[in-house]
Amino acid sequence: MSLETTWFLLIAVLWIGYFILEGFDFGVGILLPFVSKNEADRRAVLTTLGPVWDGNEVWLLVAGGATFAAFPEWYATLFSGFYLPLFLILISLIVRGVAFEYRSKYGKAQWRQRWDIAIVISSLIPALLWGVAFANIVRGVPLEKSAEGHIEYVGGFFNLLNPYALLGGVVTLSVFITHGAIFLSLKTAGEIRVRARAIALKVGLVAALAAVSFLLWTNMMLPAIDGVVVVLSLVVALSWVAGLAMTLRGREGWAFIFSAGTILTFVSTLFFALYPRVMPSSLGAAFDLTIRNASSTPYTLKVMTVVAVIMTPLVLLYQGWTYWVFRKRVSASQITNPERGVLDTASHILHQ
Amino acid sequence: MQALDLARWQFAITTVYHFLFVPITIGMSFLVAGMQTAWYRTNKVKYLRATKFFGKLFLINFAIGVVTGIVQEFQFGMNWSSYSRFVGDIFGAPLAMEGLIAFFLESTFLGLWIFGWDRLPKKIHLASIWLAATGTLLSAYFILAANAWMQHPVGYVINVEKGRAELTSIVEVLTQKTALATFFHTIPSAIFTGGAFIAAISAWLIIKKKDIEMARPTLKLGAVTMILSFIVISVTGDYTAKIMTEQQPMKMAAAEALYETTSNAPLSLLTIGTLDGTRSVFQIDVPSVLSFMATGDVDGTVKGINDLQKEYEQTYGPGDYTPNIPIAYWGFRLMIGFGALAFLFAALVLWQMRKGGLPHGRWLLPAMISMPFLPLLANSFGWIFTESARQPWAVFGLIKTEDGVSAVVSAGSVLFTMIVFTLLYGVLAFIEIGLVLKVIKNGPATELDYEDPQLGGSDSKPLVMAY
Repeated sequence: MSLETTWFLLIAVLWIGYFILEGFDFGVGILLPFVSKNEADRRAVLTTLGPVWDGNEVWLLVAGGATFAAFPEWYATLFSGFYLPLFLILISLIVRGVAFEYRSKYGKAQWRQRWDIAIVISSLIPALLWGVAFANIVRGVPLEKSAEGHIEYVGGFFNLLNPYALLGGVVTLSVFITHGAIFLSLKTAGEIRVRARAIALKVGLVAALAAVSFLLWTNMMLPAIDGVVVVLSLVVALSWVAGLAMTLRGREGWAFIFSAGTILTFVSTLFFALYPRVMPSSLGAAFDLTIRNASSTPYTLKVMTVVAVIMTPLVLLYQGWTYWVFRKRVSASQITNPERGVLDTASHILHQ
Repeated sequence: MQALDLARWQFAITTVYHFLFVPITIGMSFLVAGMQTAWYRTNKVKYLRATKFFGKLFLINFAIGVVTGIVQEFQFGMNWSSYSRFVGDIFGAPLAMEGLIAFFLESTFLGLWIFGWDRLPKKIHLASIWLAATGTLLSAYFILAANAWMQHPVGYVINVEKGRAELTSIVEVLTQKTALATFFHTIPSAIFTGGAFIAAISAWLIIKKKDIEMARPTLKLGAVTMILSFIVISVTGDYTAKIMTEQQPMKMAAAEALYETTSNAPLSLLTIGTLDGTRSVFQIDVPSVLSFMATGDVDGTVKGINDLQKEYEQTYGPGDYTPNIPIAYWGFRLMIGFGALAFLFAALVLWQMRKGGLPHGRWLLPAMISMPFLPLLANSFGWIFTESARQPWAVFGLIKTEDGVSAVVSAGSVLFTMIVFTLLYGVLAFIEIGLVLKVIKNGPATELDYEDPQLGGSDSKPLVMAY
C-alpha cells in the first residue's frame, strides 16, 4: 500500500474516531433538556460526558493536524473554501466546552438556563454542519486551478447549501442524536435511561429514513456502480437496524456497538466513494484534489507513519482505559444538592 | 482594510488571547501537581485544600485555553492557506505530533483527574495530574519547534516546481538550537506565570487573614518558583538574544532601534525616532552593553537597520525588510520590564517571610493585585516582539507574510469572523475573571482526608465531582 493511501486511511480512521466519540457528545448535548426533568437529571446527563468530552474532541484536532501534515493542499483548500461553516463549527466548539465547565459553577437558575441553551445550540450546529461539509466533499464542489497553480475553492457559501448536502446534515444530526440517546441509556440509571431509550427509537427511525435516502442518492451520484460502496451502504443500514432492535430489547451495550458500527461504516462509505480523490471538483476531473496532488513528500509521510504507528495504539489504550474507569452508570440520586453551585456561598443557594 | 491586514489582526488577537491562558495552564498544572504530591506524601489536609483550591482556579482557566486552542489548529488553513500550502510538508508534522502525542495525553488524564477523586486510587489519581502536566509540556515543545522553524528554517529544501518547502530532516527541525532555546525560555516563563498566580492569590488570602495555614506555604511555593524560573529565563533569554543576532540580525537591530552598524554598541534605554523610521533623534544609551548582549563581547559589532536593509535588498530583491521599529523596541523592553517587576515583588515577599514572618506593608496589596498580570504582559510583549520583528517574513527568508494569506477568502469574511471571535473572547474573559474572583473571594473550602477509593468507584455513593 502506498504511503498516500496509508494516510488517506489514517485520516479516515481519525474522522471515524471523531464522529463516533464526539457524535454521542453532540447527541447528549442536544438531548439535555429532553431527557431531564430536574436539575439532578441535567447534572447526571452532563456528568456522563464530563471525563471524556475533551479527549473526544482531540480526535478532531488530530484529524486537522494530520491533514495539514499529510495533505497540505487538502487542508488549505478545504478550510479556506469551507470558511464560514468551519467558523460556525469552531464558535460552537468554543461555547460548548466553556458551557460544560462553567454551567454548574453557580446555582442561579438563569445562569444555568443560559448555559443549557448554549449547550443545545452549540451541539446542534456542528452535528448538522459536519454532515453538510462531508456531503459536499463527496458530491464535489467548484474547484479550479488558480494563477499560482493551486487548486482553490471558487464557490460561495450558498453553493454548500444544496439539497444533497443538507440531507447529509440531517443524517449526521439525527444519527448523532440517536447515538447520544443510546449512549445515555447505557451510561445512566433510572428515568433518564428510560427516556433516552424512547428517544433513541423515535429519532432512530428518522435517521434510518434520512440515511437510506442519502446512501441511495450517493450510489446513484457516482459515475458507475461501485460494488464496495453498495456493500458498505447495506452494512450501514443493517447495523443501524440492529442497533435499534437492540435498543428495543434493552441490550444497551450492543445497541451502542451497533450505532458506533453504523457511524464507522457510514464514514467509510464516504471515504471509499472519494478514494483516490480527497476533494473532487464539480468543474472537471482535471481540478480534482487527489491523494497524489495534495500530499506531502514521502519522507514526511514516512516520519508521520512512524509516529502514528507508535502513538495510536497507546492513545487507544489509555483512552479506552478512561471509559473503563468511568464505566459505572451515573444516576440523578448520586448528585447531592444539585441546585448548589460549587462557587455558591450558603446564602446564594438556589431555592426552588 | 485588505483581507491580508484583517487576517494579521485576527491572528494577533486570537493568538495573543490564547497565549494568556497557555502559560497559566502549563505553570499551574505542575504547581498543583506538586501540591497534590505534598498531600500524598504527608497526608496533611492543608495540602489537599491547596490542591483543590488552586485546582479549581487552574480548571476555570484551562477551559478557555483549550477551546481557544481549537481555533489555532484550523486558522492556518482558513486565513493562511497559501502559507499552509508552502510549509505544510514541514510545519504540519509538529502540529500533528502535538495532537497525537500531547493533546490526547493532556485531555484524557485531565479528565481522569477532574472526575477521578472517587474513582481512582490516590496514587493513580496523582499520576493523572502529572501526566496531564507532561502533556502541556510536550504540546509546548512541538508548537515551539514549529515556530522556531519559522524564525530559522532548517532541514528543508525548496521544491521550485511545486512551489513549496519540503522536509529533509525532522530531527533537525525538532532539535535545532533555536527550538531548544525557545523551549527553555518559554517554559520557565510559563512556570513563572503560574508561580505569580499562586503567590499573588496566596498573599491576598494572607492579607484577608483567610486560611493562613495553607496560604503561607503556597505563597512560599509561588515566590520561590518565580525566583528560580526567573534565573532560568534570564540565562536562556540571553542565549536566545545571541542566537537571534546571529540568525535574524534585523530583529536585534529593531529591538534596539540601532540604525547604524556599531561596535561597542550601547544598550538603548530610550529612543525616539523620526517618523520615517530611518533615524533616531533622541537616545539615552548605556555604552557597550548591546554589543555584549548580542555577541558576548563588549567590542562586538552589531549591524544596524539601514545596512541590513541594503544587505537584504541584495539577497532577496527590492522591498522593505524593516519591521515595525517602535513595536520591536518597546515590546522587547516591556517584556523584560514587566517580568523583572514581578520578580522584584516575589523577592520582596520572600525577604519578608524569612524567619517565619508574613509579608506586610502598604505596598503589598497593590503589588499582589498587579502581580498575576505582570507575567501575562511580559509573555504577550515577548511574543509580539519576536513575531512582529520577523516581519515582513512569515518564515524567515522563505515566504513573506503577505504571500501567505488565503487567496479565496474575502476581506468581508475575515472581518466578520474577526468581530465575532473578538466579541466572544471578550465575553468569555469577562465571565472567566468573574469566576476566578469568586473562587478567590470564597477562599479554600474545608476538606477532609478520605479513604483510598477503589478503581472505578461506586455506582450508588454520591459523586465527589459532577458537572
